[in-house]
Formats: sequence, C-alpha cells, structure tokens
Amino acid sequence: MPSKPKTAGGSDSRFFTTQKKGETHELRTDLHSNDRSTKVDAVKKVIASMTVGKDVSMLFTDVLNCIQTDNIELKKLVYLYLINYAKSQPELTLLAVNTFVKDANDPNPLIRALAVRTMGCIRVEKITEYLCEPLSRSLRDEDPYVRKTAAVCVAKLYDIAPDLVEDRGFLEILHDLISDANPSVVANGVAALSEIAETSGKDVMKISTSVLQKLLAALNECTEWGQVFILDSLSKYTPADGREAEGIIERVTPRLQHANSAVVMSAVKVILNYMNMITTEDTLRTLTRKLAPPLVTLLNSEPETQYVALRNINLIVQKRPQILENAIHFFFCKYNDPIYVKMEKLEVIIKLVGERNVEQVLLELKEYATEVDVDFVRKSVSSIGRCAIKLEKAAERCISVLLELIQSKVNYVVQEAVVVIKDIFRRYPNKYESVIATLCENLETLDEPEAKASMIWIIGEYAERIDNADELLETFLETFEEEDPSVQLQLLTATVKCFLKAPEETQEMVQRVLDMATEESDNPDLRDRGFVYWRLLSTDPEAAKAVVLSEKPVIEDDTSKLEPELLDTLISQIATLSSIYHKPPEVFVTRANIRTVTEDDVDDYEYEDENDVGVQPSADGPVDLLDIGGGGDMNGSAPQQNNGGGDVDLFGLDTGGGAPAARPTCVKTQVCDGSQSGGIIINCGFMQTNGSVSMELDLQNNGQIPVTTLAIQLNKSAFGLAPTNQQLVFSPPIAPGASGSYSVGLTVTPNMMSPVAPGSAAPPTVQAAIKNLSNNSVFYFAANFTLESIFSPDGALDRTAFINTWKGIDDTKEVYSTVQLTTSSIEAIIQKFASASIFQIARRPVPNQPGQEVVYFSCKTMTQHSFLAELTFKEGVMACKICVKSEATAYAALAKEALERCAK
Amino acid sequence: MVASAVFITDLKVIISRNYRGDIPPSTCCAAFSTYISETDELDRVPIFTLDGYTYSYIKYNNLYFLGVTKRNSNVSLLITFLYRLVNVFKDYFGELEDESIRDNFVIIYELLDETMDHGYPQALDSKILREYITQEGNRMEVVSKPPVALTNAVSWRSEGIKHKKNEIFLDVVEKLNLLVGANGTVLSSEIIGAVKMKSYLSGMPELKLGLNDKIMFEATGRQAQAKGKAVELEDIKFHQCVRLARFENDRTISFIPPDGEFDLMTYRLNTHVKPLIWVEAVVEPHAGSRIEYMIKTKSQFKSRSIANNVEIIIPVPSDVDSPSFKSSVGTVTYLPDRDAIVWNIKQFHGSREYLMRAHFGLPSIGAESARENAWKTPISVKFEIPYFTVSGIQVRYLKIIEKSGYQALPWVRYITQNGNYDLRMA
Repeated sequence: MPSKPKTAGGSDSRFFTTQKKGETHELRTDLHSNDRSTKVDAVKKVIASMTVGKDVSMLFTDVLNCIQTDNIELKKLVYLYLINYAKSQPELTLLAVNTFVKDANDPNPLIRALAVRTMGCIRVEKITEYLCEPLSRSLRDEDPYVRKTAAVCVAKLYDIAPDLVEDRGFLEILHDLISDANPSVVANGVAALSEIAETSGKDVMKISTSVLQKLLAALNECTEWGQVFILDSLSKYTPADGREAEGIIERVTPRLQHANSAVVMSAVKVILNYMNMITTEDTLRTLTRKLAPPLVTLLNSEPETQYVALRNINLIVQKRPQILENAIHFFFCKYNDPIYVKMEKLEVIIKLVGERNVEQVLLELKEYATEVDVDFVRKSVSSIGRCAIKLEKAAERCISVLLELIQSKVNYVVQEAVVVIKDIFRRYPNKYESVIATLCENLETLDEPEAKASMIWIIGEYAERIDNADELLETFLETFEEEDPSVQLQLLTATVKCFLKAPEETQEMVQRVLDMATEESDNPDLRDRGFVYWRLLSTDPEAAKAVVLSEKPVIEDDTSKLEPELLDTLISQIATLSSIYHKPPEVFVTRANIRTVTEDDVDDYEYEDENDVGVQPSADGPVDLLDIGGGGDMNGSAPQQNNGGGDVDLFGLDTGGGAPAARPTCVKTQVCDGSQSGGIIINCGFMQTNGSVSMELDLQNNGQIPVTTLAIQLNKSAFGLAPTNQQLVFSPPIAPGASGSYSVGLTVTPNMMSPVAPGSAAPPTVQAAIKNLSNNSVFYFAANFTLESIFSPDGALDRTAFINTWKGIDDTKEVYSTVQLTTSSIEAIIQKFASASIFQIARRPVPNQPGQEVVYFSCKTMTQHSFLAELTFKEGVMACKICVKSEATAYAALAKEALERCAK
Repeated sequence: MVASAVFITDLKVIISRNYRGDIPPSTCCAAFSTYISETDELDRVPIFTLDGYTYSYIKYNNLYFLGVTKRNSNVSLLITFLYRLVNVFKDYFGELEDESIRDNFVIIYELLDETMDHGYPQALDSKILREYITQEGNRMEVVSKPPVALTNAVSWRSEGIKHKKNEIFLDVVEKLNLLVGANGTVLSSEIIGAVKMKSYLSGMPELKLGLNDKIMFEATGRQAQAKGKAVELEDIKFHQCVRLARFENDRTISFIPPDGEFDLMTYRLNTHVKPLIWVEAVVEPHAGSRIEYMIKTKSQFKSRSIANNVEIIIPVPSDVDSPSFKSSVGTVTYLPDRDAIVWNIKQFHGSREYLMRAHFGLPSIGAESARENAWKTPISVKFEIPYFTVSGIQVRYLKIIEKSGYQALPWVRYITQNGNYDLRMA
C-alpha cells in the first residue's frame, strides 16, 4: 500500500498546490479509488481548495460517496465538506441522512457526538426532521460527551426550526439536563437554554430554587467556559430577597480568584447586579473591598482584555465609585500601553479623580501631555480641563498646569488648552480672567476652528477687560470668508458683544460683519443669526443687550453622565459588547428577527460616545448653552420658545427656530406679526379633514383698512402643496380691530415639490406670499408644516410586507425619541393614531421585560413616502419610546415629530 | 453566545470555521482586511462593529485571530477564547505562523471543531485534546472513547499517568513593575508574582501548598510561630485546578495538578518598592554638534545578591552618529534600529554603583521632531535576581498525597525579574 510517510510537523501544505487543468476529473477518479490513502488525499485536496475559497461544490456526490467509512479522519473531512456545501445542494444532502443516523448509533461515543454535532450545523430545513430522532436519543446518551454535544445541538436546531424543537419537547429535556450529574452537560444545557430564551423571548431558562442550587453546585465543578455560561445566566436571575442575593454572592465570590479573566468578569457582573438588593452596610463594604483587586489585576492581562476591562470599569466606577476610589494610580498609563488602552485609562482616571488625588493626577496628565501621540496628548490636555470643571478647589492648579503647557508652544497643545480654558470660564465665570493675556499671546498659533472659535468666544465675552479686543477681532475678521462656519458664527456674536459693550469704537466693524454675514454668506445659520442681530440692534438695543449679553447658565461637571437607568442596563451587560459600546444591545445588534425587536426601558439614545470630550455639549440637550453650537445666545434669553407669540417674538424671520407644537386638531401659531403686513397678524396651521388637506388661517386685523380679499401663493416646498383656490374672499370683510379665519384648501402635486438635497433633512417650512388686493401690498410668511396633515388613508401595510420592509431598512436610518403621554392606555394611542391615518400593524409584549409592550405602525404620506414606527410602552408609565424607520430619511425626523404630536 | 465564526487570517483568509452560518465569511473577512489596512494603527481598537457584524481580534506574529458575531456576545469570553486557541495551536505546532497553519489545516479544522461548538468554547486543554486529536501517522486506529477528562470535573488531567520518577518543580517568579518620574520619585510600583509548576507525578495526586500568607496566619493565629515575615498577597488568581471555594473558606491551596508545566497561581502586591536598580541620566545636547550622556546606576539590594544579565536601555535621538562609550563595567552597544544604547552588565552585585559616559555626533541640521522620541521615551531596565523575591514570599511546604503512596520531592526556586521597569528622563 503506497502510503506516504507523515511527519509530526504536518505537511498538509502540499494539498494546496495549484490545480492543473483536468484536476477536477483526476480528483473525481481519486475520490472513487479503492485505495484508502488515495481517497483520503483526494478529500484533503478538496478541503484544501475549499479552504482557499475555490468552489468545489461540483464534487458533491463524489465526496458524499466517501462518507461510509470507519476512518474517523476521513469522516470528519467529509462532514466538514457537507457543512459547507449542504445549502447549495439540499436535495443531495438528504442522501447523507442515513449515514448520520447510523453514526449517531455508533458504539464509539466520539462518532455519535460527531454525527449529532455535524447534523446540527447543516442548516437545511429538510434534514431537521431526520435529526429529531437521533437528537432525542443523544440527549439521553450514557456518555456525557455525547449529551453535552446534543445539548448544544438543540440550540442549533432552534435556530432553524423553533417549532419543531418545541413540538418535540426538546426544551423540557434540555431543562432536565440542568439536573444532570455531569457538570459539563449542565453548563452546555444552560448555554443552550439561555440562548433560546434570548432569541425566542420566552422564559425557558427559568431559574427555580432547585435549579439555582444545581447551577451553584455545577459552578464549582465545570470547566472555566462552563462557569462563564452559568454565571451569565445567574446574572439574569433576580433573587427573591437580599438574603438569597447574599447567599448566591457568597458562592460566586471565589470565582474572582480564577485565572481566566472571562470568569472574573462574569462573576463581577453577577455580584454587581445582586448588590442592588443588599442593604446591610457591612456586606456592601466587604463586597466593595473584594471587588477592587480582581478588577485591578485585569490591567495586567493582554491589551485586548485590558480594553474590555477598562470599558467595563468605566461603567463600574459610575455605578459604585467606592470600589476603586483608592486605586487611581493603577490606571496611570504605561509608556508601552497601546493607544486604545491609554485613552480608556484616561477616561477612568477622570472618573476617579477627587480632591485627595488631584495633585498626583495633574502631574501624570502633564507628563502625558508631553508624549508623542497627538490624540493622546490632546485628550490629556482636555482631561486637565475636565479635572478643573469637576473639582472647584483644584481649578486654579489645573489652570496653572494648562498655562505651563501653553508655554511649550506646541501647536496642538496650545489649541486644546484654549478650548478647555473656555470651558473652565463657562464653569467659573469671572474668576480666572488673568490668564486671558497669556492666551492672547498665542493667537497666531490657532489654526483649528474649534480653538479659534473658543478664543473668539473668550474675547467677546470678556471684551471689556481686554484693552484691544476690537483689534484682536479685527485680525480674525480679515479672513472671515475663509473661516469655518463655527468660527464665523462666533465672530459674528463676539463682534456684536463687543459693540454692545463699547459701541463707539466698533460701530464700523459690526456693520461690516453684519454685511458679510447677511449678504455675502450662503450659510443659512449665519444669515439667520445675522438678521436677528441686525434687527435687534436696529429696533431695540436694550433688548439686544438683554439677549446677547444675558447671563449664561454655568456648565456642569459631566464625568458621570450616564443616566442611572441606562447605567443599570449596562451593568447587567458587563463583559458583553453592549458594555464596550455603552449602549443597550438593540442599538447595534441587527434585528435579525422581528420577534426579537425589543426590550428596554431606556428612554433616550443620545449617549453617543463616551469618548467625546466631556465638556463638549451635546448637540441638542438643554446644556447646549455654548453659543458655538449655534443659537446659544438665543436660548439664553428665550429658552425653548413653545410658541411664537408673546413679547419675545424677535424671531419672526428665524424660520428654523422654535417648532411650534401643533395638535392633530390643528394648532395655529403666529407666523406674521403685523409689522410687515399692514397690521394683519396671522396665525397658521395645517390639518386634514376627510381626506382633504387645508391650511387654517386666523387673521387679526390691526391695520387701518378692512381686509376683504387676499391672494395667496405658496412657494415650492418639500411637501408639494398648492392652494386649490388662490383668492381668499372674506365676507363679511374683517374690519380694523376685528378678526376672522379662513380655511385654504390645499392639493398635493409633484409640480410643487422642491427636491431635498441628498443627505439633508427636508426643511419643515412652507413659505407663503400674500397680496392684499385692497392696497396691493405684498407680504410673506413661513409656517411649519405638520406632516400628519398629508398622511394618506392607504398607509396600512400587511404584516409580512411590514416585516420585510422593516428588515430591509438599515438601522442607521432610524430616528428615536421619547414622548410624554397624557394617558397610559395603549388603546387610546392606537385610537388616536388610527384617526390620524397611522395604522397599527402588530402589538406584542417585550420578551423578558414584563410590563413592556411594543406596537408597530405604518403610515404613508400623499407624496408616497412611507414610514414604519415602533412604539415601546411600559406599564404604568405615561410615556413611550418612538422609533421611526424609513427609506425617506429626509422626512424621518418630521414623521417622528408628527407621531409625537399625534400621540399627545 | 460568543462567536458566529472564527477566522485565522493574514488579511487573506488562511482558514476559517463558520459555526453558525449566519454571517457571510468572505464579506466579513474582506471588511476586516479593509479595516486593518485602511485604519491608522493608532486609531484601531480590538473590537469594532461594521454593518451589523462585530469583529474582535488579537494578533499573533503576522496572524490575526478573529471572531465575528452578529449578537451582543460576551466579548470578554471571546477574547479569552482566542488567546487560548493560540496557545493550543502553539502547543500543537510549535511556532505559529501562516506556514504552520497551512501545513496542518486538516488538524486545525478538527481542533476548531472541538474547541468551539455553535460559538461556545468547549475544550481548550491541549494535553487532553492530544489524547484524541493527534497528528501522528497512525490515525487509522480509531480512538474508541473521548477522554474522560473532557467532561469530568477534573478536566485538565487524565487518569493513569505514569512517571518513573515522581518529581515536582516550583518556580516562584516575581516581576517588578516600576515607574519612576522625571523628578526621581517612584510613581507606581507593583509586584506581579507567579508560582509556576512543572509536575511529573503519577496517578491522581492531591497537593497542598503552604505559603507564608499573612491572612491565613492571622486566621489560624499562627503568627507567632512563623519564622520571618508573612506576606499579604493582594490579589491571587488560580489555575482552574485549584479549589476556589476551599481557598475562600480557609485559605488552603489544594489541587490536583495537570501533568507538565502550568502556572498554579499569580498574585499581585501593591507595595512601595525601592527601585532595585536605580538609573540616573544627565543629557547634554550641544545643539548642532554633539550630545553627551552621563549615566549612573546603583544596585539597591543586599550585597550578597547578584543581578544577572542587566540591560539598561537608554533612548537616543534617531540621527546621532559616531558613538563612543566609556564605562567602568560591562559593555555598551549602540542599536540604531531601536534608537537606543544598551548597557550590558553580566553580573551586578548588590550595593554597587557604576558610571558610563556616551558621546555622539549630532548633525547640525536635524529635525527636532525626529529627536522628540528620544526625550520622551523612558529608560528601561532588564534584570534577573535569582534566590530572591521582592515580596518575601516563601513556600512553607508542598504536600503530595497519592493513593499508591509514593514519595515525591518538590524543588523550589525563587527569582525576581523586571516587568515594566521604566524611569522617565528629566
């Protein structure tokens, strides 16, 4: 027999030799050879080709032909081939079933297990029927190796055919395996059940008192991996009371000493979750003390493990700061740490810094600020700023360190320092202006928008204390047109501030800036702000002062910024991806199955990335008081205008600002204050009645002459609206001092659609021009459109279409929000939605989250944009989470707002 | 759930195993390769998500071991698994690189099948795996049973092991992590210790290890009898063979050891340690012409101990030339590829002090940025001090009990080495 000698080193690479022409034929012959080693070699060649990605599916029958063998190596290779190609040849795969069934009865447990394991991997539905018989026998096999393999196989089968698993009672058998005498079988049974519980949303991994005892017993005996499975399932269990929690913790604590860091992490997870239930101070103190050393030791493991540990420690110190309060020096960066580890260590350091250790921390941070890697240096500098913002007593020290760093003249260090000093000014107004002089010496170093904008903000804010503030601004103004919009906005504001403080010297400058902002710029934000300032300054300088120089609320320390509820969710996810991203799983896990669309009572998704430099305000929260974000000064004086009326209507032209809240019944807001319209004040809103859309106008005539006939014209908008009749005839006419109303019928027509630029959101406004035919005066206004006014009655989708569409839309195209409701009745919402042509598609409880329900809706506009929505309710909570998905991304936010209005 | 698929890749897939069939292997591998080749090394993180697939990877030699998942997997478990998988392969194939993977692809498939099932880690103990997955030529003989250890409570040791001579070797190895600030103060110091064992014992021996553990002494009121001081170990991690519940109870370290080499335990001590080897550097750059280093080193341990193979690594600017050295002891070498000079002292007795001077030429026009590294990289030191532990830990006894009643002798050694031992330059 010409068998080739094989060395221990392995020399399988010969099977990879490039295929010659006719090789397939040759292989085929060899596969049918009677010589065993020729046959084995041929199969190896096939597998080698498969490994490098060549398609060898044409040899399916020939390879299958080799399956009947008592050579276990050959068998494994053929099985491997089958796993790979079964999907492409489902019919032929059926031919292998007999062998599988036979092998599952083999006297050798290794072969029995191999057969069961492989069958589960063959994801062909037809084969599942045949799998059930052998599987149910294997689950009761005398050999634990077969039983543990079979346990996992149930999870595999559940993936392909869940109903089959339930019908055949496999879940019950699996549950029985938790009482198996063998610890490995228990562990794998737990893993399989936990996974099925997760995918199905059914509580199949129910932990009763007796199950609990079995899990705890197996914990001491099973493999390290099995320990992780068991600990992870324990972490989902809610103990009956503090005593039970304490009892379990006692059994889990020894795991903290395990060499396997995954075991340690999962043990930490169980303990932290159960700690919520413990009230005895003593126990809490002991646990706190016990948790610190294992967490610190994780920092001596491989860098990837350190990374996972640090992201988790970041959460843990927010939840229970006491655990690591004395351990800050362990988080000091080592020179050779990978950069991703260093960045995470900085985050933890900032969370742990306190008055006792701030000196030490500042020394470290200063040292880091002189290192080589730019990102790390920047983060170190900004961390010094965060220390200052967090610890008032240390602020002065921090500032002096920052000044020292500025002296280094290293470009990016200076810029980062300027940015954080601005934040420190926001935190402690009028306290550290003495450093302004030093900052001003470094103006020419600044070339990044953020640093420039920060510096300009400082100049504007403290103009009265800087002798040559106007000159400094003047130098920036020279390059106004080339600057980044954020810098332009800042320059505009700073110049106006400067003017209000010292009008004589800066009159010319402010005029020039306003000109540039309103006439030469095509940036709408800049223009808007320019116009607002202009009007303010020209009509009422005192009001302008009140607005522009208003006192800004002090910014807050945000080092522990996760909401408690989100934090608890994340703590329960320790060691998982969710804990790495600091986001609940459903945010990043693709929803493979609509049944698993789930499950959280987190009411807010604004937590983008922990890595954001902390003091940067989030774009939309009420903390955005830095006027860098755009419109900050305005917020300062007219916070969250809930309607356009009242005496602060300085923003009549500000089309983007203050979306008025409209209700489905049509709430009107003032769109025209009479100043440009000969005294006609107009309130406007939109609605739909019996399928026809209308624009509802309320007019108040404060002018001199009666209003009899108006002509209306609408500009092209994102909604394609046109008036059915352009003449609005008032009979009787509205006398001066009187008021009246008019309903303008609208049609939706493609001719009036203005296309939305790709990637941007559809502008919410409809612009109108009105001509008063009595005196031929023309005036304009813009009204915010309410998308629900054009929801079409044929917006309902059938379930399957909905599911497919939902799956088909990328998760990035989702918008979320949480909305306060006036009722906690889901029916009431469904009712309200139905009357607004928003149709209920499905409704079901959220798995594993008792008391939570999700309802799915669909709706469509008359302009043929459809939207899918998911509303999550929690029992007894008068709020719900709205998630809107749509391919029409430009309109998604508007649709979401429409839903919010309809829900109220 | 841990992983849908595992890839071994050098940016082209060498071998992969798709456990769940719910990810497209070639797309995922391509996406991963793009990430590695197009993301700046400094911006890379070991775990990232693209298009709904999450990639977690570790690197070994030129190989990436990659796990891909679609779900909210336990990544801590995944990373640990990948490291252990590498160990299994190293144990099987010696050196691990793309060659050895290709050379052994058949057995690697087998191992991938046995180490993970449906994304759940199973058996990763190479000694046990070897009992039924072998590379020898005689594979025609069918192994008729899975090793009992696979599913047993003692999953790391098979029954029926025989050695002619029953011996066990214990090495207590302590690594000193130390960071000294530019002003000469010790910023952090910690001792990472390990008790490493080489066990050649027959049968199923029961072992009990006694240390001068302060907490145990206190618990048992034995403080008075103990000679020398007791050590307070801050955090101890044990090999899976140690009965953790028992240790938690009465601090007894009892176990049935695996056969051969393993780390029985590691521990950490966070005490203030005086730098065993002190280094001071005075650097005098003469802009545009030359640069001079004066290095002073001092051994701060008892004179009867000796540090072996001491290497003091001093960073220098990358554009220096014409090096010349003068030292009172040892040899000095300039390593241009590492931008450093290395001062080698074969035997450094305790309580001694030595001096070394280095002199370099420096081109008059040099980019300051190229030199920056030299000022910012700390000096590092490597050394080994035998028969000595910084912590003072001692093995008091190792009891070996086997039912056949053989006598076995434990051999104990102590050694202290450098860990991350860095001194920042002023």
